[in-house]
Amino acid sequence: MTIPYSDDRPWILSPSPHVHEGSSVRGLMREVLIALVPAVAVAVFRNGLDAVRLIFVCVSVAVLGEAAARFAMRRTLSVQDLSAAVTGLLLALNLPPGLPSWMAALGSLVAVVIAKQVFGGLGYNIFNPALVGRVVLLISFPVAMTTWAPPDAVTTATPLAAWKTAWAAGAPPPAFADIYPLRDLFLGLRNGGLGSLGEVSEAALLLGGLYLLARRVIGWEIPFLFIGTVALLASLFYALDPARNLPPLTHLATGGLFLGAFFMATDYVTSPVTRPGQMLFAIGCGVITFIIRRFGGYPEGVSFAILIMNGAAPLLDRLTIPRPYGHRRRTSS
Amino acid sequence: MKVLRAPFQVRGTIHPHYHKGVTAGRPIETLPPPTIVQVPMLQHLGAPSKPIVNKGDKVGVGQLIAEAGGPISASAHSPVSGTVRAITEGVAATGRPTLVIEIENDGLNTPASPLQPKPEWSSQEPSTLIGLVAAAGIVGMGGAGFPTHVKINPPPAKRIDTLIINGAECEPYLTADHRLMIERPEAIWEGIRILRHILRGPHIRLAIEDNKPDAIRAMEKVMASADDDVALVVLPTAYPMGAEKQLIAALLGREVPSGGLPSDVGALVENVATCAAVFEAVVQGHPLTRRVVTVTGSLVRRPANVLAPIGARFSDLIEFCGGLQETGGKLICGGPMMGVAQVDASTPVGKTVSGILALSRQDVAVYETHACIACGRCVRACPMSLLPCTISVAVEAGQFEETERLAVMDCIECGCCAYVCPAHRPMVQFMRQGKAQIQAIRRLKQQQNPPVPRSP
Repeated sequence: MTIPYSDDRPWILSPSPHVHEGSSVRGLMREVLIALVPAVAVAVFRNGLDAVRLIFVCVSVAVLGEAAARFAMRRTLSVQDLSAAVTGLLLALNLPPGLPSWMAALGSLVAVVIAKQVFGGLGYNIFNPALVGRVVLLISFPVAMTTWAPPDAVTTATPLAAWKTAWAAGAPPPAFADIYPLRDLFLGLRNGGLGSLGEVSEAALLLGGLYLLARRVIGWEIPFLFIGTVALLASLFYALDPARNLPPLTHLATGGLFLGAFFMATDYVTSPVTRPGQMLFAIGCGVITFIIRRFGGYPEGVSFAILIMNGAAPLLDRLTIPRPYGHRRRTSS
Repeated sequence: MKVLRAPFQVRGTIHPHYHKGVTAGRPIETLPPPTIVQVPMLQHLGAPSKPIVNKGDKVGVGQLIAEAGGPISASAHSPVSGTVRAITEGVAATGRPTLVIEIENDGLNTPASPLQPKPEWSSQEPSTLIGLVAAAGIVGMGGAGFPTHVKINPPPAKRIDTLIINGAECEPYLTADHRLMIERPEAIWEGIRILRHILRGPHIRLAIEDNKPDAIRAMEKVMASADDDVALVVLPTAYPMGAEKQLIAALLGREVPSGGLPSDVGALVENVATCAAVFEAVVQGHPLTRRVVTVTGSLVRRPANVLAPIGARFSDLIEFCGGLQETGGKLICGGPMMGVAQVDASTPVGKTVSGILALSRQDVAVYETHACIACGRCVRACPMSLLPCTISVAVEAGQFEETERLAVMDCIECGCCAYVCPAHRPMVQFMRQGKAQIQAIRRLKQQQNPPVPRSP
């Protein structure tokens, strides 16, 4: 007896489910790249070819460095998932304009090789690669990493650094409302204060962040609770002592908060998987950011806050394992 | 009768592409009984049926050819009249090996049903009717195939307060139950009333997803004069809304305890096709020898809903539907989320086969697997509130105690996690691997420390 059809091309055999929604790691990474377009546009608008140079160096070194590392480790090529490109771009946006190319390249290599591939590649890294790259540069080259080439020549310090200097000297904070109108700080186009390539325009970052939210690439929990926690603490301190604290809106409109909250803290691999875990993670990021800004030695604490909470992410997941259907209690951790 | 919206939220769920429009509007067509039928002895959960006929025996339509092989098993009947050609080793649609009774159809349709119908069922004792359901070989036709006579005869300590009738049909592509509700609502409704009589009057909840408004209207019409303990519940369309545990949660707000049964929370769930089968057995005296199968997918030339005899091969149904455009995609028994991929189309239709899908290579998910990127999408999709990603990584690492602690045994294998996974990980496969390992460890422990018999 002949079995119909079986002699033609064989049927595919694999376990259920047999269909997929069509998402992919590469697709998600592409969405992040698209969402960063406004921030990149502002960076180029403000810094011209210098921004192009830093982005080119960081992205190409990240991609080539990852490919070389995978080759050396005799593993399959992984750059086609675009995660190395995202890491490179995010690092570039975290660097000050004018940073020497070799430093940027070094940071990019540290990010993809040491922070990512040495741990096993995308999915196995504990810390956000771009932030590891940035912090290694910050610690290794503190002067270069805090020298801001002034396109508008108002001041050579970032708003947060200017405030920290004044605060450390016991002086009243600079009259921010006069130097940096809030609207300019938020738009970050001209008189928007200094800062890293991609952090100056909260408007551009918000646009990209909302795109990621709308495309369901990220959830609202991490960015909004991160920013919300900083806003809450800033309001509290400002209400208690307005003379010695920055206004809460100035806190939000300066530094790397939006870049960190929308694009760095939301990194899948290094943040918790449970919703309550993500909430605690975001609140932790906000608290540590504010503590460093207000009391720490560095003017800005977003990078450190995220890296510290990256380390806590597996623990947060264990603490927040949901109660499975049909179980009385949550699974013990 | 009341019409309600589902009163409770279900956890997780996904919204896949349904592709139901292809066959939803097509009336059920009857497949002429093929010249050869192959009745598998494993069409249900539990022990396989035991053949009671021999090679060369003459059989009639509806004749008992295999009896239940244990307390949890079901009998099987001949869908045609003719001669037993062989009793051979074959493969059930689930992929498991089973004995198969091969019957050559003589085309005479000589009736030989052993059932004594009880059209006046309302004056019968429940035990008589349960016996009739058992004699008809009825099993849950939604997919799992639990023998119905066992299900509707729970131990007296378990009081069933609600009988849930499952018309959700949440699997994409499938429209067999949908068409049955449109075309045979009276049969379903009478079957429901018989089951209600057997269970001594529980509340009735007929649940239908809101993507089947015509089925809702048809059932509402026949049930209009029912009392107020009967409700038609309109469910939001989501997958896997029709899974037993999710249905109970959506309708009653109760959770079946881990490792327990719906009867532990006073509920019992029967599929609409099962209800129609109960009607045919009790009122008409027909054992379960045919069922509606949706034959669809992009490769099927003329997708249709087919009333097919049990034992007809998939190829018979496919040919009835105009054949295939090409082969080499995926041939699936059941829906695309929980169905079983087939080696070829020689598989016989069993009592639980609700669909035959022939999907092209472009339709099916065949991917390279990436490491878990911990995006948490599976966590949000899981209707059982498990951590599929964490479990899958633990399985990969061989940490089976960890997977047990993460409740992998509660996984219902619905496939939501794999459907949304951007890393294209075979999540259901990981879950099954984790379960199998835990079961193996448990067996080993039992062998090493057998339970000590208590002295009287």
